[in-house]
Amino acid sequence: MLEIKNLRVSVLDIDDSEILKRIDLTVKTGEVHAIMGPNGSGKSTLANVLMGRPEYVITEGDILYDGESIIDLLPEKRAHLGMFLAFQYPAEIPGVRPWQFLKAALDAKADSRGEEKMSIRDFSKLFDEKVEAVGINPQLVKRSLNEGFSGGEKKRNEMLQLEVLQPELAILDETDSGLDVDALRIVAHGVNSMRSPERSFIIVTHYQRLLNYIKPDVVHILVEGKIVKTGGPELALEVEKDGYKQYTSVGASA
Amino acid sequence: MTLAAPPTSVEKYAAAFESLSDSGTPGWLIATRLQAWANFSELGIPTARRGNELWKYTNLRPLADAGFEYGQIGPVSLDQIKSAGPWDDAWDTVVVVDGNFSAQLSSLNGTPGLTAGSLGEAIAAGTDNLESQFASLAGRENYAFTALNTAFAADGAYIGIAADTRLAIPVQVVFVTSDPTSSRATYPRLLISASPNSSLTIVESYINLSESSQLTVPVTEIFADHDSKIRHYRIQIENEKSFHIGTARVNQKAGSSFTSTSFATGASIGRNDVHTQLDEPGAECTLHGLYMTSGQQQQDQEISTTHARPNCTSHQFYKGILSGKSHAVFSGKVVVERDAQKSVANQKDLNLMLSRGARIDAKPSLEIFADDVKCAHGATAGHVDGDTLFYLRSRGVDEETAKAILIRGFADEMLDEFEPAALREFVERTTDDRIATLLAESDTLGTV
Repeated sequence: MLEIKNLRVSVLDIDDSEILKRIDLTVKTGEVHAIMGPNGSGKSTLANVLMGRPEYVITEGDILYDGESIIDLLPEKRAHLGMFLAFQYPAEIPGVRPWQFLKAALDAKADSRGEEKMSIRDFSKLFDEKVEAVGINPQLVKRSLNEGFSGGEKKRNEMLQLEVLQPELAILDETDSGLDVDALRIVAHGVNSMRSPERSFIIVTHYQRLLNYIKPDVVHILVEGKIVKTGGPELALEVEKDGYKQYTSVGASA
Repeated sequence: MTLAAPPTSVEKYAAAFESLSDSGTPGWLIATRLQAWANFSELGIPTARRGNELWKYTNLRPLADAGFEYGQIGPVSLDQIKSAGPWDDAWDTVVVVDGNFSAQLSSLNGTPGLTAGSLGEAIAAGTDNLESQFASLAGRENYAFTALNTAFAADGAYIGIAADTRLAIPVQVVFVTSDPTSSRATYPRLLISASPNSSLTIVESYINLSESSQLTVPVTEIFADHDSKIRHYRIQIENEKSFHIGTARVNQKAGSSFTSTSFATGASIGRNDVHTQLDEPGAECTLHGLYMTSGQQQQDQEISTTHARPNCTSHQFYKGILSGKSHAVFSGKVVVERDAQKSVANQKDLNLMLSRGARIDAKPSLEIFADDVKCAHGATAGHVDGDTLFYLRSRGVDEETAKAILIRGFADEMLDEFEPAALREFVERTTDDRIATLLAESDTLGTV
C-alpha cells in the first residue's frame, strides 16, 4: 500500500534544515502502524510530507502508493488516490459549512476518478448518518468549519470527514500531548470503527495512551529524524516505561 | 496676491451647467443650484492629495483629466435592467435613467403610505418638507462632488413614507446609465423621507449598460424621523472604465434605526461616502459593506458617523477582497460630541489580500469628546492562509477551488446581511463571478 524509501526531507528554502534523515517504512493494506517519538523527532513532518505539504522538500528517496511514486503529486491528487490526513489542529474556516466543503471534496474525488458525483439527496443522507455515527452535535455542523469548536468537537469533525471520505490510507497526526481522554476516545472510536482489511492507518503519537484504545500491528520509534526501532505493540509499552532517552544521541552516549 | 483662477477641471463642466433649463424650476431650487455651482467652481475636482484628508489615498487625476458630455439619454429596455441588477416583480421599483425618472420603466404598485417616483415632480408638486429637506444634508458643505451633483439637480427619485406605515416589501430605486456612444456625466439624486414610526426596506442600485467610461456622481439624502426604521442596501456594479463617486447623508431623529449594507465591486474609481448624523437620543445606525477590487481599480469607503446626542449606538463593519494591482481605502470615522454621553460605537475593517500588488489603506478613527462612552475599532489585512489551504487540499479540493471556497467564506458574513431573497441571490451570483476574476489575478501570496 505505502512504501517510504530512503526518504530525506528538509524545510523549503532553509539551509541545513534536514528533519527526516533516511526513513524506510512499509505499510501493508489493512495494517495499523503507530509512529512514536519525542517532540521534534520529525514524526509530524513525516505525516505532513506523506500528504504533500508544500513547505517541505524531499531531497532524496521516494514515497510509493500502490507501487507508484507520489512525491510529485499535489495534496489534492493524493487525496483522490485515497489518502487522508487528520490534523492535530484543524484550521478554523469562517463562512465554510462542513456539509458544503465535504460535498466539494467528494465531488473532486469522483471527478478525478471518472466516477459519477453523488446526488445532493444521497449525500445529505450519508452526511446525516455519519453525523449521528460520529456523535457530533448536528447544530455544530451548520456552523462554520471548526470555528469556535472545542478540542473534542474538532476531533469529532475530523472523524466525520474520515467517515464521509472513506480513505484507503488514513494518517492521523496526534503528536500533541494535549489530547484529553475524551478526545482520545473520539479518535480511537473513529479508527476502530473504520478499521478493515482494505484500509490502512498510520497513527503518529507522542504517548502510548492512545494505543490503549487502538491496538497497532506495528510500532516504529522515530528519533532525530530516523526510525531507530520497529516492533509490535509491546514496543509502545516499553517506551511508556523507559521513555525515549535510550534512543537519543545524548541518551545513548551517556 | 490675486485670487486663484477656477481649477481647470471646472471648465469642462461649465458649458453643461450653462445649458441647464430653468423652465418650471422653482426659484429656491435655481438658487440652490447657483450656490452649488459657485461652490464647485471654487473647489474643482480634488486632485491634490497632500494635506487633503478626504482624498489622501485616492488618485482622482484620471477623472479630472477626462471629459464628459451631459444630457443625452440612450434607449433602455426593462429586460436590460432586469438582467443587469437585482430585480423582483413584487417590489415597488423606481427606475431613473441617466438621472431622469422613467415612468415607463418604473413599476409602482400603489402601495398605501408610500410615495415613490420622480424627484422633479415631487418638487414641482410642492411635496411637504421637500424644500427644506432638499440639499440640507448634502450640497451646501464644502465638498466638490455633492456641489457638482446639486448644481445639476433637476430630477431623480423621491421616496416618502407616511407616519406609522410599515412596509413589508422592499422598494427599489435603480439608477441606470444607458448605453450612449460617448462618455457622459450623470448626477443621480435620491431623497428618502421616513416619517415618524414608519418602516421601510430600500434597495438603491447603480447599473451601467455602457461599456465606455462614464461618470456617475450620485447623492442620496435620507431623513429618518423619530422611531422610524430604514433598512437600506446599496449596489454599485458600474463597468470597470467608469467613475462612481457616491455620497449619502443621513439624519436620524430620536429612536430611529438605520442599517445600510453596501456591495461595491464596480468602477475604475469607486467611492462610497456615507455620513450618518445621530441627531437625537436613542438613535442607532449600522453601516456594513463588502468591496471587491481587481485590475487597477480604486475602491474607496469613506464612512463617518457623528454622535451628537446621548444614548446612540453606531456600528461600522466593512470587508474587502483585493487582487491584481487594485487599491482600496477604508476611512472610518466616528465623532462623539461632548453632549453624547452613553454612546456606543465600534468600527471594523477586515481585508483579504490576494496579490502582492494590491494595496489597502485602512484608517479607522475615533474622535471622542464625551467621557462616558464605549468605543472600539480595528482593521486587519490578511491573506489566504497556507495552513488553511493545505487543510482543504488534503481533503481533495484543488488549490483554485480551495481558494474560492475560502474567499467565499470570507465574503459570506457580509452576504448574509442581504436579506431580500432576490437581492441575496443577485449578490451571491455576482460575488461568485467576481471571485473568478479575483483569483485569476491572485498570486502565491501567503501560500508558500
